[in-house]
Amino acid sequence: MHPSSTRRLLRSLLIPILAVFTALVIGAIIMKLAGDDPIAAYKGLFQGAFGSKRGWATTIRKWSPLLLTGLSVAVAFQAGLFNIGASGQFIMGTIFSVWAGINFPEMPIYIHLPLALGLGILGGMLWGAIPGILKVTTGAHEVITTIMLNYVAALFAGWTVYAGGSQGQKPGPLWDPTAKAISRTPPVVESARIPFIFGPPYRVHWGVVLALLAILLMAWLINKTTIGFELRTVGRNFKAAKYAGIRVGWTVILAMMLAGALAGMAGAIETLGVNFKFAPEFSGSVGFEGITVALLGQTNPFGVGLAAFFLASLAAGGAKMQFDSGVSTDIIQVINALMLAFVAAPAIVRWLYRIRKPAEEEEGVPKISWGGG
Amino acid sequence: MTQRTPVLEVKHITKRFPGVVANDDVNLALYEGEILALLGENGAGKSTLMNIIYGLYKPTEGEIYVKGKKVEMHSPRDAIALGIGMVHQHFQLVPVMTVAENIMLGAESVKRGLLDVKKVAREIQELSHRYHLDVDPYAMVEDLPVGVQQRVEIIKALYREAEILILDEPTAVLTPQEIEGLFAIMKRLQEQGKSIIFISHKLKEVLYISDRIVVLRDGRVVGETTPAEATQERLAAMMVGREVILTVDKKPARPGKVVLQVEHLKAHSDLGEPALRGVSFQVREGEILGVAGVQGNGQTELVEVITGLRRAEGGKVFINGEDMTNARPRIITQKGQSSHVPEDRHAYGMVASYPVADNLVLNTYNLPPFAKGISINRPAILEHAERLIDRFDVRTPSPLTPAGSLSGGNQQKMVVAREFSRPIKLLIAAQPTRGIDVGSIEFIHKQIVAKRDEGVAVLLVSAELDEIMALSDRIAVMYKGEILDIVPREEATRESIGLLMMGVKRDERVDEIAF
Amino acid sequence: MSSATKFKRTSMIGLGMAIALLLISMIVNSLPLPNNSIWKVLFGVSTLNFTLRATIPLALGAMAGILCERTGIINIGIEGMMLAGAFAGFVVKVQTNDWPLMASLLAGVFAAVAAGALMGYIHALFSIKFKMDQIISGTFLILLALGLTSYLFNPDWVAEGKFSPIAIPGLSKIPVVGDVFFNNPPITYTALILVVLLHIGLFHTKWGLRSRAAGEHPRAADTLGVDVNFYRYLNTTLGGMVAGLAGGFLVLEAVGQFQEGMTAGRGFISLAAMIFGNWMPFGALGAATLFGYTQGVQNALLLAGVVNIPRHFISMLPYVVTIIAVAGLVGRVRPPAAEGKVYETEGSSE
Repeated sequence: MHPSSTRRLLRSLLIPILAVFTALVIGAIIMKLAGDDPIAAYKGLFQGAFGSKRGWATTIRKWSPLLLTGLSVAVAFQAGLFNIGASGQFIMGTIFSVWAGINFPEMPIYIHLPLALGLGILGGMLWGAIPGILKVTTGAHEVITTIMLNYVAALFAGWTVYAGGSQGQKPGPLWDPTAKAISRTPPVVESARIPFIFGPPYRVHWGVVLALLAILLMAWLINKTTIGFELRTVGRNFKAAKYAGIRVGWTVILAMMLAGALAGMAGAIETLGVNFKFAPEFSGSVGFEGITVALLGQTNPFGVGLAAFFLASLAAGGAKMQFDSGVSTDIIQVINALMLAFVAAPAIVRWLYRIRKPAEEEEGVPKISWGGG
Repeated sequence: MTQRTPVLEVKHITKRFPGVVANDDVNLALYEGEILALLGENGAGKSTLMNIIYGLYKPTEGEIYVKGKKVEMHSPRDAIALGIGMVHQHFQLVPVMTVAENIMLGAESVKRGLLDVKKVAREIQELSHRYHLDVDPYAMVEDLPVGVQQRVEIIKALYREAEILILDEPTAVLTPQEIEGLFAIMKRLQEQGKSIIFISHKLKEVLYISDRIVVLRDGRVVGETTPAEATQERLAAMMVGREVILTVDKKPARPGKVVLQVEHLKAHSDLGEPALRGVSFQVREGEILGVAGVQGNGQTELVEVITGLRRAEGGKVFINGEDMTNARPRIITQKGQSSHVPEDRHAYGMVASYPVADNLVLNTYNLPPFAKGISINRPAILEHAERLIDRFDVRTPSPLTPAGSLSGGNQQKMVVAREFSRPIKLLIAAQPTRGIDVGSIEFIHKQIVAKRDEGVAVLLVSAELDEIMALSDRIAVMYKGEILDIVPREEATRESIGLLMMGVKRDERVDEIAF
Repeated sequence: MSSATKFKRTSMIGLGMAIALLLISMIVNSLPLPNNSIWKVLFGVSTLNFTLRATIPLALGAMAGILCERTGIINIGIEGMMLAGAFAGFVVKVQTNDWPLMASLLAGVFAAVAAGALMGYIHALFSIKFKMDQIISGTFLILLALGLTSYLFNPDWVAEGKFSPIAIPGLSKIPVVGDVFFNNPPITYTALILVVLLHIGLFHTKWGLRSRAAGEHPRAADTLGVDVNFYRYLNTTLGGMVAGLAGGFLVLEAVGQFQEGMTAGRGFISLAAMIFGNWMPFGALGAATLFGYTQGVQNALLLAGVVNIPRHFISMLPYVVTIIAVAGLVGRVRPPAAEGKVYETEGSSE
């Protein structure tokens, strides 16, 4: 490797690493103030994530949804769009894939599994397309529409598995009648499940490999293709993009569809590889974590992979941390938020550690436009 | 005269920005009741110096004296308190506020906790009466023509009882006739005892209006003279540091067949108001059609409609005989074999964070050899960049340097390199030399003429009348969304074009003379 | 027609609809209709009461948004500011349960407003001093508030008591209008008064003129000696306080307790109301009423026992209406021109 590019790589790692470090320190201070023991907490966290084979397996299992939602946010970012809707797209991916997964029991796996995965991707893609289309045709800002669509998706998914009401409300179409009053779907049939690389108790599935392949695909798409050139140009200067003959509106919709597809894929993989069913409480905060992952990874697909691995280890270690030290796993969400802040404002980190600003302008993340644009 | 204490004096002012010395040991004195012209080309450091005097920038070194007393300026508030007022080159007016609100901002009249608009309006009317600066205090600034906005700027300074007025390139946005009006106002201000610094890069204006001339070059004062002693040629030489050719050498045009034909074109502005009201003209092979006019009379919209960036609401655009009305920009550039040097290079012409190499393929990235299918060929893009950087003398550390870090002149050369290096039949150049150094201007002018001589049809839009006069073979003048007249270069004079820019047609002019 | 008047008129759409709603309701309530009639469900006094209660946090959120954005700071973190306010108000209320009720509640309000102010100040600091992308800074505030309130929340805590309505003598006797507007708890009155004050402040005071100039053309303000960033810090902090009050309303006046994530997207709906109201206080109030009405109808429908539609779809109403409202506004609103842009004096132009 060329010496200057090594230096550039190191420099691009510096801010995220310091951001993580600072967030952990402030997280510790908060724990201390709340009367918890931060040392015990971090020890539990680390041991939970890496202290055992099972810990490693959990980290790896939690890697793929974070990685894919991180890529989802990152690809939208490249086009200057802020996708806060990854969680809604994730849910739609889940619903589409679970529908395919609980039906067609006679299908062979080589048709059924791709079908279920593909439908999940499609579900997320369609859900992601809505804010894209709204933005292009009406100018509605994606921050508001994607958030609203998250709520709509969660309510829609809730209805599909609704167990029915006491006043004669009909149950939802995906509800499992054998679950009685519990709102959930029947289990996904065997032929639609993603095979394990390491079976129980580790339950590491091939979906993780699919997610890693998505990194390569996105890196190629963004940096080495005309489509990526168009996405990046629209994100950095949409007027220049228009001038360059790029169909800006279409590119915006495409970026949102790609983002949705990635988040939908995350939902599909979780459904077909981990949960094997859907219940309303599965949605979680994965969409918001995707924002932290994308920014911590500096919207670069490989960086996103690294960042996702780190957040996955925090998520995996959380249970042991809570068990060992009594610190609620909610502190991880606080740490994630702090990491987001420090990585998104390098000026804070530079100010804290007295680092000089690099002389040449970095290419950086495009600005998100609001209102007028 | 030199024995008097100057009302304003700067001593040994130096201002460094990262990588640039904008002002280098500048000394300057302004005496009461005089009009001092500060002459220099773009980037000579005039605006920086004025921003220092006005408290917007802090000098790296040096001192400022007002009426003989040393002063420290931390913000424009200090300058205003010392009686300094400034009319900025880009008007500092809030478009969605009224004239009165703009004028009182920062110096509000308050009655019982609420703004006293009536009182301010009364004071504005008094000022406009005294200095013949006619404005309506209740008008919304965005609805006012440029000339009136400038009056609002001047009143803003007078409202704060400014004794020293800095006018930064005030004539850049005006027609020759409006400029005369401004000069009358300046004379009146001078009679009332105000001292004025007049910044310009236009020699004739400086010679006409000022009492004393100071020339700035590369951030340094290179000379001081008076209109009586100076000539245009000498001033130009001082400004640029060498003898300049004020005209462009070119052979007579040999127009061929029609390349661009525009018929009854209509379009709206961003605010949805009519900007083009039926524009028609033709541009032939091997000729330059210059479009003159005060900015904001539809030129921007005209170029945008022709290049596919704005919708035509009516009328037709033909390129090489083909109907290209409302075609996509890509069709117009690639199928129509046209090039476009956009008016606003930062907004449209480049992606500042992209490397120079990527900017050089901004509208051809999808064509071979730069792309095969959807796969991009980086080596070909780099090789192309190196070739163009060399041929068009773009000064950049490397093809991978972000375009945003180049100087304005080099950015524009980059845009020109990209647009001029393709085989084209039509060239649309909008304000091709705005805000760049003389060296780059000469270079770009030569390139434009060279394109014409190759047989390219050139549509040149410029707010610089001198540029239009120097390059065009025919001159079209736009006024309020219409082309008032198209005049062959030989028949055009600055005065006749200036009257057209004011909306006065040739036949109407006869009546005027009869009066 | 000047574009300014055009934009002003658009902002009144929401307010016009809100007034129309009140008029319809007055007519419906004067007719002898059975209580379960669809008209009563859609326009009855109880629906309007639900509407007002849902409107108040949205209106406060929108006022918070207007305060920030009119000076040029984008604030999508209102949701987080509200949540922080709600939590702080709740904690202080729980801690002071043994005080007299009014004192305890006021302490809660104070805490809610203070927490909002802190969040607002952090947003200003990040946006102005550290030049963080303002949308990301807002996202950070939301995530921080979600995380911290969950981490610190103790489900065993119970707040005792909440604000009760105070009838305004005389006025509360007016049919419909009196029932809806003049028999409310104190934060509701405060919120409505704030809308009026903000309108007067923005358009008729020195503070408002300077704030708007900072949001539209900061350099113009700067060249006249107006300290742009001072107004940005001030107003973003004030905006945080108002958003904190909205959170305080949820805990101390509406629900009485804290629940994790209880703001449920209200901060974002407030933003939509702000946009729909074209960054004008009364316009935003009208839009907030419109969105509040969808929630009021939702409650009325659920209470009336409309069994045919699953409750999920009824609950979607506010979110879907928000999307439609934001999408229906192409080219009809104009945000402050300098919004989201960091203002630096040296080298920012030329």
